[in-house]
Formats: sequence, C-alpha cells, structure tokens
Amino acid sequence: MATRSRKPFDLRAQPGFLFIAMICFFMLYLPIVTLVVFAFNAGESVAVWQGFSTRWFQSAWHNSQVQEAAWRTLYVATIAATGAAIMATMAALATTRTAGYRGLTFKYAFINQPLMVPEIVTAVALLIVFSRFKVWSGYTGIGYVLLAHTAFCIPFAYLPIRARLESMDLTLERAAADLYATPWNAFRRVTLPLLWPGILAGYMLAFVISLDDVVITEFVKSGGQETLPTYMLGQLRRVVTPEINAISSVFLALSILIVTLFFIVSRKRN
Amino acid sequence: MASVASAIDARGVSKVFRGAGQDEVRALDHVSVAIRENEFFTLLGPSGCGKTTLLRLIAGFDFPTEGEILLYGDDIAMLPPYKRPVNTVFQNYALFPHMTVAQNIGFGLEMLGKPKDEIAGRVAEMLRLVRMEELKDRRTSQISGGQQQRVALARALAPRPKVLLLDEPLSALDYKLRKDMQIELKRLQHETGITFIFVTHDQEEALTMSDRIAVMSKGRILQIGSPRDIYERPAERFVANFIGETNMLKGKLGKVSKDLADVTLHAGPKLKATVPETLPASGEVTVVIRPEHARIAPGGKTAGLLKGELENIVFFGTDTHFHVKLNDGSPFIVRQQNASSEAPGLSIGSQVSIAVAENSARVLKD
Repeated sequence: MATRSRKPFDLRAQPGFLFIAMICFFMLYLPIVTLVVFAFNAGESVAVWQGFSTRWFQSAWHNSQVQEAAWRTLYVATIAATGAAIMATMAALATTRTAGYRGLTFKYAFINQPLMVPEIVTAVALLIVFSRFKVWSGYTGIGYVLLAHTAFCIPFAYLPIRARLESMDLTLERAAADLYATPWNAFRRVTLPLLWPGILAGYMLAFVISLDDVVITEFVKSGGQETLPTYMLGQLRRVVTPEINAISSVFLALSILIVTLFFIVSRKRN
Repeated sequence: MASVASAIDARGVSKVFRGAGQDEVRALDHVSVAIRENEFFTLLGPSGCGKTTLLRLIAGFDFPTEGEILLYGDDIAMLPPYKRPVNTVFQNYALFPHMTVAQNIGFGLEMLGKPKDEIAGRVAEMLRLVRMEELKDRRTSQISGGQQQRVALARALAPRPKVLLLDEPLSALDYKLRKDMQIELKRLQHETGITFIFVTHDQEEALTMSDRIAVMSKGRILQIGSPRDIYERPAERFVANFIGETNMLKGKLGKVSKDLADVTLHAGPKLKATVPETLPASGEVTVVIRPEHARIAPGGKTAGLLKGELENIVFFGTDTHFHVKLNDGSPFIVRQQNASSEAPGLSIGSQVSIAVAENSARVLKD
C-alpha cells in the first residue's frame, strides 16, 4: 500500500484554498497596515505618501481634546470593567454553584442578552430611558455612560469567569468546608484564588470592549463627554488628517497589548 | 448494651434522590449502624450500593431524607460540614493546588482559629507522622500520587477529628503503593486512636484492614461483622459472592442440632454445615464452601465427598486453583497452596475427588 502523506481530509489540499486564504488575509489586514503606515506620513493626506514623520503623533499628544477624551475613555473602561467583573463573578457563581434547575438556560440567555440584542437597539432604548432620567433628576454627569458600559460589558466578563468556574474541581470547595471553612472563608481562601485568572481575563476582555465602544456611548453621552472613539468619529466628519491615523495606531497597540495579556492569563492553568 | 455512646450511630437513615422526571432513586434504605470509638470500620459494596452516600451524609455534604446520625450522642444529620468535627480524605485527594504541602495540612486548624505557633507545631507533627518533612514547601502538583495521598491524610488528621472518613482513598494508586498505604493507614489509625470509616469496593482491602465490615448492596446493609465473620459465616448469598471466591452447592436440609445441620448435597453425600440463627423456610438450601477449605485428590477411589472431572488448573504463584465440574454438573473450585511436598499430580480431564474440611460448609439464610 502506498504511504499516505496527508490525513484523509486535509483542508489545505482543497482547490482554491490558498487563494481564498490570501484574500481574507489581505481584506483583514491591508486596511489596518495602511492606516498605521499613514500615521507616519509627513504630509496632510491620509492617502498620498509624502515622507516619514512622527509629527501627527506629537500633534495628537498635545491636542487637549484628544488628551481629555483619552483619559475619559480609560476612566470609563476601568470603572466599567471593574463593575462588570464583580457582577459577572457573582452571576457566574450563582449559575454554576447550583444544581441544575428549570430556567437556568433562560438565565444564561438573560445574562448574555447584550451579546445578542443589536447594539443600536440597546443604544436607542438607553437614550430614551436616560433622557427621561436626566429630566427628572437633573443629573447629566458621566454616570450614565458608566452604567451603560458596565451593563454591556457584563457578558464579556461573564464568559471566561464561568468557563473557569466550570472547569474547577468542586471537591476543593467541599474539602474546604470539611476543614471547617465557612462558606465565606471557603470562597475567600479556595474559590477566589483559583478563580483569579478567570476574573482577570474577564476584566481585560470587558476593558477592551468598553474601550472601543462607539454606538452606545454616542447615544448616551451628554455634551462634553467625548470618549476617544466618539471624538474620532466626530473628527472624521470634518477635516481628516493623519492625526486620526496616529490616534488609531496607539489605540490599536493598546488593544493588542491587552488582548495578548488576556490570552496569556487565560492559558495559565494552575 | 450501648453503655458508651458510639462514635457514629446512624438510625434508620434513608436518602432519596429525585431524578429529572417522576422517578426517584433510593440510595439508602433505612440504614442503621453503630460504629464504635477507635474502630477501623469499612463500608464495603459494589458501586451504587450507597456506601459513598452514607459517607457523604456523615461528612455533611448531603442531608438524609429521614433518620438521624448521632456523633457521640449528638444528632449531626442537619449540620453543615464545617460545623462537624469530622474530616474526610477524598478519593481524588482534593488538595488545594495554590497552597504548599504545609499550608494544606494547616488549613483546617487555621479555619478553626488556632494560634499560629500551635498550627506550626501540629503541622510539623503531622508531617512527621506521614513522613513528608522534606516536602513541606512543595506545591501539591510537584509531588507524586502516593505523596499526595499522605498529604491528604495529614490534612484530614491535623484538626484531630472525632471521626475520619476515607472515600476509596487508595483506588488511584498502583498495586504496590496500595499495599504499602494499607499498612500505613492501619499504623496511622493505631497511632492517632481516631475512629476511621473507610469506604471501598475492594473486598481484599476491606478484609485486611478492618476491625469490622458492613457489606452493603442496593442501599441496605446486609451484614455487619469482623472480617472473619463475614468471610466464614456470610449471612446472605450476596455477601458470600462478593467477599472472596466461593462455591455454592444446592442440597436438602436434614437434622439440625444447635448450630450444625446435616445437608445432603445434590452432587454427593451428606456433610455437616454450620447454620445461621434464622433457618431458611424450605428444605432446599444453598451451602457455601470456600475454595481453600477443600482438598483435591486424584481418582474416584478416595473416600472424598464430591467427585468430578478436572477442567482447568490455574497457577497463582502462592497457590493453585483447580476448576472441577462435579458429577451433577455444578462447578467447583479448589484452592491449594503450592507447598512443594503436596503438589498433586493431576492432569486436566482426569477424575478427581474433593474432600471438604470438617464444619467449614455454611448454610445460607435464603
């Protein structure tokens, strides 16, 4: 019998595979690469190369509007990710540390709702509700944005935390209880330390999601509450300079950094 | 009889699990058992017999549907596990992976709020007891299965529980290590003076280690007794079958005097057998004869009780098993030690006769 050099079904052996793969690859990355390249353009154009320069990074760095929006973005993302991680941890504990019951699947769906409902629908709904609130309470601060971000970040934080809890050996908690640990002590001394990588992963995922949200922020924010994405959107409507590319590139770098950390943390097992 | 309260006294304990539909599973069915202080007590039975359920009820991981569980006279059946002075050695050890060996052992004492120096002293003592002093700062993932087992034991023993529960703790170890740990467990029980309740499905393990054994099947305790009792005087067919190899022969019950009875076997002539307190109702009885209580000899001439054809010879190192088909068709196994002087020159297919040691046969209750 002839020796088989390939597995019975090897996708790479199918006709046109390489072609399709290359198209996908270029469609995904060519625009991003172009964007980053033109961030270093010396000229005012985002399409015609006029030599290398870091002037747009400097100009963005010194732009007070960008600074303010950047700080607000980080502030919102930090608060929202923290809130979401806490809520998601509690939700994950409640949905995994229980015997299965009727309605549990419904609960999963309920928690994951923001993943399924079109973002624009949530945004419009929040706009209507919050505008009423603003009239009643007179409060127009950043709180609405924080609340909205926390809410839609919960399912993103929930998924890795729940996965971690489900893969955890339940007898460890039982052993803690057997060794005189009250439920709170068992959680503090056994469950939480083992769950920590999951919470951290959930936190970072939520952070990234909050970081680049445009739609909900745009609808919910009051005047003077620009985040970096909404600021960029606003700029695109006016004059487009490579400053936008520079901001985007830094943003991209930050996201890649966090996502990389997320993968490192979630791969770390005991 | 019970002048001193038993360490554990389960009274009419039942546990019913409700399934997804209307069906319910009765994991324990009115189980009553009194376990004495400082006893090595084994719950023995096949998987699904309820032994682990009973252990979980004693530990507090589950609560009985009915009945009470007394610990030195106090009903603990409804207490959460962290309020019971009872510790468990888990089947998979359940060591805390984010703690060192020493931290694992000290966990229980720490949770009890003992002062630091007392914890340190007791941890050192426990490490010495299980011979793990050198590995105290290792992570539990950095030690072998046998060592993990010893840490799990030390961790459960450190708070000096009134009762130690062991849930098939040796099942994950290989044969040699298991033998060593059996001896180690007996030593620990002796040195600490703590009541051990040991769950296993391994009858050999139960026989070698226990002071007393409760044989369980289908949520009920069939017999409680010393290993010798259970082995030599099995009360029921299930017990006889489950513990060790055994021969069962049908016969007719004759005259009964005190605890001995005449039984006429269908396969051969009469023999005397010991009888249980309650005799079976009908004259038809089953008699149990252990393979090592029979002797085999060549030919049909010897005045042996049973005669048949030798079908197979299986060599086991220390002894040999002879599989015989008796003249009435029923199978019979004889086990003989391989002492060189008594190797009977037997060949497969030859006629043999089997002599049964006096009073070694036992009449079953059912």
